[in-house]
Order: sequence, then structure tokens, then C-alpha cells
Amino acid sequence: MVELSLHILDIVQNSIKANSKLIEITISEDTRANLLSITIRDDGCGMEPDFLKNVTNPFCTTRTTRRVGMGISMFKSAAELTGGSFDIDSAVGEGTVIRACFVYDSIDRQPLGDMAATMVALINAKPDIDYLYRHSYNGNEFEFDTRQIKSVLGEELCLAEPEILRWIEDNIKNEIENIYGGAQ
Amino acid sequence: MKSLAELEQLRNKTLARVNLRKEDDSSIRVVVGMATCGIAAGARPVMKAIMDEIEKRNVANCYVTQTGCIGVCRLEPIVEVYLPGSEKITYVNMDADKAVKVVNETVVNGKVIDEYTIGAAENK
Repeated sequence: MVELSLHILDIVQNSIKANSKLIEITISEDTRANLLSITIRDDGCGMEPDFLKNVTNPFCTTRTTRRVGMGISMFKSAAELTGGSFDIDSAVGEGTVIRACFVYDSIDRQPLGDMAATMVALINAKPDIDYLYRHSYNGNEFEFDTRQIKSVLGEELCLAEPEILRWIEDNIKNEIENIYGGAQ
Repeated sequence: MKSLAELEQLRNKTLARVNLRKEDDSSIRVVVGMATCGIAAGARPVMKAIMDEIEKRNVANCYVTQTGCIGVCRLEPIVEVYLPGSEKITYVNMDADKAVKVVNETVVNGKVIDEYTIGAAENK
């Protein structure tokens, strides 16, 4: 993975597979504290304690096509490579929380990358799931909530329509530019 | 979030288009592999390119979706095209440019691009 937003796209696939209804993605960039943190929280099926203990191991997976599962282990190592930290907590029936902290100015910190593209890919993949995406940069923040969009669109229109996804993408791009203080 | 009023307008326009489409059930499905292997190999820009091209060409009867690991990680990004009434076509080693061609040739014109297929890649 070359961008943190690609890790997010990948990790959220686990939440999707866990039958989550609401997935919260929180990104906090604080250059003064020299930290970037990414939290992904879902209300999916959660993991058994034994599975959870082993889940950052690349040879731990639920998939049947291969005996390796690289997603979580790569996300963890991306955080730890910067001198940051990683933790994961989960309970059966309650959901899972993954939190990765990155040292902001570390040469090994991957760029955040295109979060608008990640959100559009996720929403297009599973328009029935709700996503709450929060992003802050040195105290400026925005919130993007698919539930709000669904309340405008109503029942008969799915989020995975090209025009709607285009609107969502432009909207998120705009909001990110704004929290960075205008065009970057 | 701003310009929800704009979204409201968009809603009405989109609804009109979607209602037209509902009468036609010969839809084409394009599936992109979005497991760790696919994402690491570049599935996101591939999916994006397909979605953009479909929007640009206003292809009404096609929808793009994702799947997990297909099992041949070394050939990712993988795109599967399901044309109505014919066998699934599996394209491998995709990138954004090839994906645009897949929309133009296979989705719009119904032609298989042999050189991109898994069969061609495996026989090399």
C-alpha cells in the first residue's frame, strides 16, 4: 500500500464482511502534536478473543482462497514504522475498533492520499451500509454522514448512482481542502 | 456538510433517469476485486476509471461493484464483466487505461478484448 487511504479502504472491507451497519472512520491530523491518527470503528459481528489475539499475524485470515491475511498486519507495520502505535479491540456482537497512530513528520509515514476516492469506492461497494467520516486538521474539522445524504435522497434512490457519487466525491474533496485552509 | 440543497436538485434529476432505466433488465455487471491484494495492486484507480467512464458515456444499463479475493492475487487488479446471456469475462493485470478500454469495448460494444483476459495471461 502506498497511501494511508488505501489501508483504510482495505481495513473497512473487514468491517463490511463483519456485516456492519455503521462504520465510523475518524482521521485526526495534528501537526503541532506531530501526530496523525486513524480510527475505524464498526458495529459488526466482532471477533472471538482467540482470533483477536492473533489477528495482526499475517497468517491469520477468514478467507478461504489463501492462508494469509495481510491487511491488518500491513496497516500495523505502516504505523509502527513511523514510531507510532497500533491497537485493536473487539467483542463478539459489539463490533471492532482499530486505531493507528502515525508520527506526522516521519519520513516513513505514507501520505494520506485520496480519501474522497476511498469513500466513493466504499459507498459504491455497499450503499446500504452507513458511513460516518470525520476528519480534522489542527482543530478544523468536518463530518460526512451517509445517513444525512440518505435522508435527502429518500428511499427510492440508491447512493451508488454516478451523479450522486460524483457529488459525494466533490463534496469530500472540497471539505478536505477547507480544513487544510484552502487549496493545498 | 454543505450544499444539501444542491443534492436535493440532483436527486430529482437522478430519479428521472433511474426510473427510465428500471424498464430495462438487461443490465451488465462489472466486478472489481477489492481484497488486500487487489487494493495493493491498484484496484481503486481501476474502479474509479470504470465508474468515471460509465458516467461520461452515460451507460445506463451497467453497474460496478466489488468482490473479495478471487484467488489469483498475482494477476490483480482483476475485473470481471458479466454480459447478459453470456459467460463471465475475466480481465487481469488491469490499470486505469485498460479499464477505460474495457468499458468502451466490452460494456458498450459487447466485444471481448482477448489480450487482457486471464486466458491470454496464463498462456504467455
